[in-house]
Amino acid sequence: MTPATGAPSLLIEQLAFAYPDGHQALFGVDLTVERGERVALLGPNGAGKTTLVMHLNGILVGGRGRVSIAGLEVSAPNLREIRRRVGIVFQDPDDQLFMPTVRDDVAFGPANLGLRGAELDDRVEQALRTVGLTDLADRPPHHLSFGQRRRAAVATVLAMQPEILVLDEPSSNLDPASRRELAEVLESLDVTVLMVTHDLPYAAQLCPRSVILSGGVVAADGPTAKLLGDAELLAAHRLELPHGFVLDC
Amino acid sequence: MGSDHAHRLYVPGASVVHRLGPQCKLVATVAFVILVVLTPARQMWAFALYALVLAVVAAVAHIPAPTIARRMLVEVPFVVFALAMPFLTPGDRVEVAGIQLSSAGLWSAWNVLAKATVGVVTSILLAATTDLRMLLLGLERLRLPGLLVQIMTFMVRYSDVITDEMRRMRIARLARGFEARDIRSLPVLAHSAGALFIRSYERGERVHLAMLSRGYTGSMPSVVDIAAPTRDWALALALPAVAIVILTAARVSA
Repeated sequence: MTPATGAPSLLIEQLAFAYPDGHQALFGVDLTVERGERVALLGPNGAGKTTLVMHLNGILVGGRGRVSIAGLEVSAPNLREIRRRVGIVFQDPDDQLFMPTVRDDVAFGPANLGLRGAELDDRVEQALRTVGLTDLADRPPHHLSFGQRRRAAVATVLAMQPEILVLDEPSSNLDPASRRELAEVLESLDVTVLMVTHDLPYAAQLCPRSVILSGGVVAADGPTAKLLGDAELLAAHRLELPHGFVLDC
Repeated sequence: MGSDHAHRLYVPGASVVHRLGPQCKLVATVAFVILVVLTPARQMWAFALYALVLAVVAAVAHIPAPTIARRMLVEVPFVVFALAMPFLTPGDRVEVAGIQLSSAGLWSAWNVLAKATVGVVTSILLAATTDLRMLLLGLERLRLPGLLVQIMTFMVRYSDVITDEMRRMRIARLARGFEARDIRSLPVLAHSAGALFIRSYERGERVHLAMLSRGYTGSMPSVVDIAAPTRDWALALALPAVAIVILTAARVSA
């Protein structure tokens, strides 16, 4: 079960995809994310970001191209292991937290992997501790604040010990303190991160490298500071830094 | 937001009744109610004994009488129905306070009232001493089909989310000057209901994706072992056991 050493956490080759209604969302995406990297996937609405994310754990398949996670190709026979390796944190935590209590929810993933008893409890405790929610474990998700729910959603996938953590707009709807708390959690993790966002300051804070996805292709790939410093590049892809924001690197 | 919506029937506590395995309580409740329904209505003393038994359970569980009384309001429709019976049933008439009433109707009314009341109070006690999650685990343990348990689990989880969504839609309508005055408002409300349905349906799809992403393959992993000790079963089944004694006595003297 241990991933092949040396293989990148995420390897996407010439990925293209059209929805059944004919709408083509991806036109040949190439992307490599090495183990331990934190990469921001930037792009305007409709750039194909969500479609790309759905390919990472095989929810969408059938287009052209290849996706592999730590050397294992995303394909039907591998789906179980792929879904362990790829932890997706969806945008609305209410979609992700579907069990009666936070603890049950964090246990859902590892239990599907066959863990039981003390081993399962340890996983759950560890994931909850990482996101700082140990005290709220037995609450129903509805009783948590939005920021706490977002962190609980992160815990649900951390409990599966993923190879790569994929976050869909992690900072959306968070108040400034929750935003900082989530950033602290993400920075403390020793895991590959792909963060899908159009919150450019958050990308600058957390991800040394950024990729701009625009019109279904990778339009730029490089150090975050360099990309965000290029006003023309950003403007060409409907991206903008907030008014008054100055990059400090 | 944040109200104790889904769990508001549960009265937290640590009594013996609270701590019994949920599966034992479920079986005891259903058995007790069936035995009560089988009791001949004319043996009024039997129902007094049933009420006494439930009072003992409530006392042991520390469920205050006013709480039970308030929750008994759900029974009101049955009461209305029962009260109509003495007037509507044909047959022999008896005079009560100057009003002609059917005697068969009076007995039917008593039959409905007494059995419904005992049934309602029994369910109130079950709900007050067992939180929803434990009830679901209990049902699962009793081999209720997994799919039904999953549907109920999601209902518990998402009733608040959907109620919130409904409330936001109502506020959005109010904010734009809408007031439901008469029948002409119906199309607007119907559109809202449709939108709510579609939103919930889409949420269902997103939840399913989130489940698949964490390795869901069609059945919920059961991670909590709620095996009940024999002592739990013995204690819980004492309730229907007492009911069997009362029922037998009532049948013999009938």
